[in-house]
Amino acid sequence: MTAGYNTISMGTGRKEFNPRKERPGLEDYLREAGQGVLKQIDGGAKSVDESVLGNFMASHFNRQGNLPGFFPMIDKDLEFKPATSVEGACGSGSLSLVSGIKSVLAESAEVVLSMGVEVQNTVKAVYGADILAYAGWFKNRKNGHAYFFPGQFSDRAGAYFEKYDRDRARKGMAQWYANAIENARLDPTAQEYHNTHPDPYGLSLKSEPNGKVFVDNLNYMDCSKVSDAASGIIIASEDGLKRIGIDKKDAVEVVGFAQVIRNITEDPTELTELKAIKTAIEKVFENTGLNINQIATVELHDCFSIAGILTVEALGLAKPGEGCDFVAAGNTKRDGIVPMNTTGGLIGWGHPTGGTGVHQAVTIWQQLTGKAGNAQIQISANRPYGMTINMGGDDVTVTAIVYKQGE
Amino acid sequence: MTYDERLQNVSILGAAGKMGSGILLLTSVEMTNLSLKPENKGKTFVLNAIDLSDQGLAGLFPYIKEQVRKIAEKQIVRLRFAYEDRTDLIENSEIIDQYIFDVMNIIRPTTAMEVAYRSGLIFEAVSENPDLKVKILSQIDQNNPNKAWYFTNTSSVPIHLIEEKANLKGRVLGFHFYNPPAVQKLVELITTENTEPILVDFAYGYAKGLGKIIVPSNDIAGFIGNGHFMRDGMHGLGEAEALTANYSWPEAVYMINKVTQDYLVRPMGIFQLMDYVGIDVMQFILNVMNPYMPDENLHSKILDQFIEMGIKGGQMSSGAQKDGFLKYEKGKAVAAFDPNTKTYISFAEFSEKCDLALGQTPDGSVAWKSVLRLKNKDEVLANFFSTMKAMNSLGALLGTKYGSRSKAIGQKLVNDGVAANENDVNTVMLTGFFHAFGPINNYFD
Repeated sequence: MTAGYNTISMGTGRKEFNPRKERPGLEDYLREAGQGVLKQIDGGAKSVDESVLGNFMASHFNRQGNLPGFFPMIDKDLEFKPATSVEGACGSGSLSLVSGIKSVLAESAEVVLSMGVEVQNTVKAVYGADILAYAGWFKNRKNGHAYFFPGQFSDRAGAYFEKYDRDRARKGMAQWYANAIENARLDPTAQEYHNTHPDPYGLSLKSEPNGKVFVDNLNYMDCSKVSDAASGIIIASEDGLKRIGIDKKDAVEVVGFAQVIRNITEDPTELTELKAIKTAIEKVFENTGLNINQIATVELHDCFSIAGILTVEALGLAKPGEGCDFVAAGNTKRDGIVPMNTTGGLIGWGHPTGGTGVHQAVTIWQQLTGKAGNAQIQISANRPYGMTINMGGDDVTVTAIVYKQGE
Repeated sequence: MTYDERLQNVSILGAAGKMGSGILLLTSVEMTNLSLKPENKGKTFVLNAIDLSDQGLAGLFPYIKEQVRKIAEKQIVRLRFAYEDRTDLIENSEIIDQYIFDVMNIIRPTTAMEVAYRSGLIFEAVSENPDLKVKILSQIDQNNPNKAWYFTNTSSVPIHLIEEKANLKGRVLGFHFYNPPAVQKLVELITTENTEPILVDFAYGYAKGLGKIIVPSNDIAGFIGNGHFMRDGMHGLGEAEALTANYSWPEAVYMINKVTQDYLVRPMGIFQLMDYVGIDVMQFILNVMNPYMPDENLHSKILDQFIEMGIKGGQMSSGAQKDGFLKYEKGKAVAAFDPNTKTYISFAEFSEKCDLALGQTPDGSVAWKSVLRLKNKDEVLANFFSTMKAMNSLGALLGTKYGSRSKAIGQKLVNDGVAANENDVNTVMLTGFFHAFGPINNYFD
């Protein structure tokens, strides 16, 4: 993968965001991210064999379907070429990546433009919650919370509090938020880039969840953002890289991937475990022969801080019930054992649902090729790999990918 | 009759007016919430929105719909529980739409006052005309067999006067909302010596249901809120008149307005506030109050002069500010009226000169909006006013004098028995007028 590009993640937190004023639409984000990628490769759109777009709910947020038709709007040289769009809720972005990877592996394409987009600020949060709830089983919607997914993960946090320790868990969750803000402040495209709060950790820790106005076990700092953004990246074979004039060192190699799903019509058997995420991680390590000790950095799906902590446990970095302590001890900070979400993740950078998986890949590409600017972390020779974990719904559609800088 | 039963059939008189429409909104939401309680399922709730103006009534539903949507969006967590037995309502949007429908479904807009004959509770929010109020309430009570309760929103007319003349012994009280009722937390509660305790209990319960803070006021014309504001406004008019010895009237208005906003850290200057309330409304209230204040002359020739010229202020039905002492563009004052030329003179023509004459604002000047949020508000204000008192500039002198006068007015309200204590006066000004500090303080001593 190479030539990644992220637009700004727009929404509350950005100084320029004003919900009362007209804002860029789906077309603008796609155009900016798509052209941002194509400018980096020789031949531009002419070099692209096919395109694929991850998106979750443009049909509702933007009243727009048939999304492949937007690629020629990005560049006319994409017209009359193959393009598809894929959907797996907030895991759509990674489905776009996997689709491109498979095309390259199948040798049906050598250069694939993979993108992800979501423009969500078209509706107020109370109605956006309805739309995002389609990532769950609709038959559960009636009994679900007004803010359906915060409700789902609040229940997970509640189970974690009950089974282990609420105070320890809340400290880990507060540290997760603090890390997200610290990292987002280093990336000008991040939604929390302008955040200047002197004490994000204290802010989150002191904000007791209030079920009367929101959910019982999460505060607003525990939640990812409502975001408008698009990301794009090129997936290419070695021949493809030559065609677009990219040196391997400026690309990341996809070492392996695993894509799994869990039955959406069944409730999780254990609320304190992300079973599909755990399975995807096990499979990707099995496929690549790698283990967590070789991973330099992870971009994981912290739609809620508790999801971050449960994923830390799924990665095997901490025992069940101790992921919160692992995070609280600073091990996932940018200078920790395994820096995570180094540009802020879903809580700090933003969560343009259908675009998040591609954004994660772009961040790993930036970090492993030394293009992360102020957000750059040290990548040591004995831990040269990067990893993305992207989730759709409540642990339903999950993709894990492992990357390494090209040689 | 229980609280819920009392609210099953309610009428609001003057429902299309500025205050009436706000009371209608709050009451319709409270009644709808009651109707959604399991024990009230199947019961009919009726809210008559009575007004003389067909045009005004036609504008009610768009207003109610928009406002109820905002309320429903904020209360979606609660509403999902309220509608949990409705299997057809699944998404937030469906529940919100249903709630809006349910609220609007109990409102009956009409110009026919006769519908109030069946109500158990009647809100009166017609214009501040004592004779009109008495006439309407008498007529309704003579035809209403329910021994109805009457809540009047008057901001100045003594309640005992209405009680006596309309023959409503014990069944009327003053329930004075502040403008706009949907936003302002304060309600002044005024009872007479005859008011039945059961009405008072209901009033407190109803205020709680609406999320309002009650401050009791004695039944003396103007009560606490207008008791302070009218005298405060009169002081502003007097100060401006005094300044005309050296400045033109528009300049004087500009200066006093600036002093009362910036030097007194208020949400708006006194002339803007008089425009907001309406110059004609202010004159009307003063006329109601004046006969009851033997030791004062609450009458302003300046107000008479402006009303004669047709300059009245007040608000348009959209909520936008009409021009009065000041001219407004996008809600911001940009010019002051000159009675001599009968034109508005732009601030740009004289603001520099006036600002220079007032002198610098006190060091560390604080804006009203930011002060409200400060945890150490009292300390910041004490420092600010302490600096101001030590200054010798015209602005600081006018500001200090104004602050002292405001305090004296507050103390007079306590001394005259209008307010039970200093705290009540301060609460009214803090919650009804959004001041950052109560008038009875030590800042200007």
